[in-house]
Amino acid sequence: MRSKDFLLPRISRRFIHVWRRNLLVWRKLAITSMLGNLADPMLYMLGLGYGLGSLLPQVDGTPYITFLAAGTVCYNTMNSATFEALYSGFSRMQVQRTWDAILNAPINLDDIMLAETLWAASKSFLSGVAILVIIWVLGLSHSPLTLWIIPLTILIGLTFGSLGLVMTALAPNYDFFLYYFTLVITPMVLLCGVFFPVTQLPPFLQNVSMALPLTHAIELARSLVNNRIPAHAFLHVGVLIAYAIAGFYAALVLVRRRLLT
Amino acid sequence: MLSLKGVYKRYGSNEVVRGMDLELRPGECYGLLGPNGAGKTTTLRLALGLTEPDCGEITLLGEPVPKRAREARLRLGVVPQADNLDPDFTVSENLLVYGRYFGLSEGQIRARIPQLLDFAGLTLRAQSRIQALSGGMKRRLALARALVNDPDLIFLDEPSTGLDPQARHLIWERLRQLLGQGKTILLTTHFMDEAERLCNRLSVMDRGRLICTGSPQELVASQIEPQVVEVFGDGAGDWARDHGDRLCQRCEKTGETVFCYTREGEPILRTLEGREDLRYLHRRANLEDVFLKLTGRDLRD
Repeated sequence: MRSKDFLLPRISRRFIHVWRRNLLVWRKLAITSMLGNLADPMLYMLGLGYGLGSLLPQVDGTPYITFLAAGTVCYNTMNSATFEALYSGFSRMQVQRTWDAILNAPINLDDIMLAETLWAASKSFLSGVAILVIIWVLGLSHSPLTLWIIPLTILIGLTFGSLGLVMTALAPNYDFFLYYFTLVITPMVLLCGVFFPVTQLPPFLQNVSMALPLTHAIELARSLVNNRIPAHAFLHVGVLIAYAIAGFYAALVLVRRRLLT
Repeated sequence: MLSLKGVYKRYGSNEVVRGMDLELRPGECYGLLGPNGAGKTTTLRLALGLTEPDCGEITLLGEPVPKRAREARLRLGVVPQADNLDPDFTVSENLLVYGRYFGLSEGQIRARIPQLLDFAGLTLRAQSRIQALSGGMKRRLALARALVNDPDLIFLDEPSTGLDPQARHLIWERLRQLLGQGKTILLTTHFMDEAERLCNRLSVMDRGRLICTGSPQELVASQIEPQVVEVFGDGAGDWARDHGDRLCQRCEKTGETVFCYTREGEPILRTLEGREDLRYLHRRANLEDVFLKLTGRDLRD
């Protein structure tokens, strides 16, 4: 590691054109991409929500499908940012050499990393809002507070986009990402209250859960869906921001070490 | 345009660039010639600010590098060695998206695209996908992309590697056009004919150092004997022992070919007359001879 890898980011306004490049690619594939992003979480939410939900009494004072909906918004939002940062990010960095081409223009790696993080968050925004619309259409929540979920999807996207880019910076190939899903994402989904309340976990795991970003995202979303102003909102937002900043910085240092040699 | 002073770069214990001094003059085409692993690509990366020298000073288009490399690259064009065109886009979209990275407006770029496509001979391919292009077309598009910001200086990393002769000649003609417009070019190559045709000045680079610098003619005149007799055939080795070593200034044998470097070819040719077992070629020394003399005949991979 060299000391210059640890410098704070220096951003130029031209970073936005890297984000726009990704947007233009997405626009060409928007329909299939949106269908893919939506179909899977919707099937889970509706299948489990109504199927399993009919066997269950209320969970935390709401029907199971409403409980699950708040978890699904966050889960789906996390997944889109993660997939974008890992697989698509790796393609652009390593396979297509898109970043190499951009680095020959007056744009540096700091700009690219910012644009990629924001792009991952943009994908999260689309996926999150799509689920939110379904929640509204199905009448799972009538709370105007659910509008706050819109900025929340962006925050979740920044957090998991940044964390995903850390993995991308370290990855030798696509297979590497399986570790991240098996060791990080899947345990997080089970520990953070997507499918069942965190309070069902043994106390030790509840403590682990409190340290994970998805828990804080779901705490916020669940309160909003249930028309409650989240208690400890600042704490939850703070944890997500802290993860986003730490992840972004770590990814930046690692990707500088990888590419600027 | 570009200056490197006392630049060193090492990776671990491997010293890739060892004391590089280079000064690019406006309007010239400067070639870096060297075998694989000589440090050519690293030199370009250093000049672009994509890697930091261990010591030494680099200035690109008036800006200190790597500190203000991003700003310096505003007026630079780069044609990389590996194809990194955007496969998700058409030919014109590649130019449009790349132009934006320079902060150019949509209108400015769109106004420039037809002339860039024309220059690259890709007007009819504007809407083609990248996968549908041949290797030569891709390289021409990479060249057009490097010109989207109308740069003063253009870097080309092995511009004709992997192209067929037709495609190479077209690229060379385009580069000459750019020189005619007053652009400055820095290119790396290991094709001697490319360097000989295009470069006003070139340096032979090996093991991280510039061994010598000059115009192609100067290098041939100063570094090597003016004539070469190449002798091939089963008896070439024996012939060299009997005559070649005695009659020429320098005699190199590789396999069954003998290269005789000499100031005078006639005495050598006389010993070859009537020899049915030998074939020979008498020619003027060229840049390749200089290159091989300076960097040796050993393989570098």
